[in-house]
Amino acid sequence: MELSLTTRTVAGHTVLEVGGEVDVYTAPRLRERLIELVDAGARDVVVDLERVDFLDSTGLGVLVGALKRLRTAQGTFGLVCAKEPLLKIFRITALDQVFPIFPTVEAATERDGSGPAS
Amino acid sequence: MATVRLSFSPAPVHVRTARLVGVAVARRAGVAEELLDEVRLAIGEACTRAVTLHRQYGLSELVTVEMSDSDSYTVRVIDHAPIEASVGLTKLPPDELADESLTDDALTTGVGFALLAGFVDDLQVRPVDDGPGTEVRMVWPVTRR
Repeated sequence: MELSLTTRTVAGHTVLEVGGEVDVYTAPRLRERLIELVDAGARDVVVDLERVDFLDSTGLGVLVGALKRLRTAQGTFGLVCAKEPLLKIFRITALDQVFPIFPTVEAATERDGSGPAS
Repeated sequence: MATVRLSFSPAPVHVRTARLVGVAVARRAGVAEELLDEVRLAIGEACTRAVTLHRQYGLSELVTVEMSDSDSYTVRVIDHAPIEASVGLTKLPPDELADESLTDDALTTGVGFALLAGFVDDLQVRPVDDGPGTEVRMVWPVTRR
């Protein structure tokens, strides 16, 4: 399934809803969109992975890049993910210790919910 | 022993095709349904690694994926990049993952290897027999025939 990217605002956070497959072919589009959002002034960013069917190392690299960019910009960055296969990917790579991961968009967008991007 | 061999030019768009074929052959071979997500991810990571290396070294040669289902399901992903390219495949510790000095390429390579090692119990990375290149060999059990 092709990559889909939709942006909305929830409780002052910019929520990027990602759907489909994030891999070596599609990850550059995700990277571009995240850079656009930060360049446009978004500082509290949440990436919702609930509709992602596939995520590989290039997709994870893009997410880490966004985390670093927001940390530099004094912003916050969080992920929404409750799917066990994806959570396993974060555990195996130890990236579950790097990203704030929330089960729902609501939890991620609570005041200070996504935590500092550090 | 049934063997399916797929060769593709080193373009990112073809990695998805390799994943789809790899999972279709795995299902046909009798790999358990609950392992198919891991098979898909591991084949994708191995092919991504090969494509990335070919592009890095400016190689237009095809990447080959060979799938065979004898007593187990064996997938070999073969690239033609200089062997030293595969040196340094190590799992990154968490405190280095978001380190500013780590390049995106280094991060992706490290994370990709962590996924391969984490999802494939029987994994071998070795030089190909002829010429430059690396073979990533992955084996999964077959539960029904």
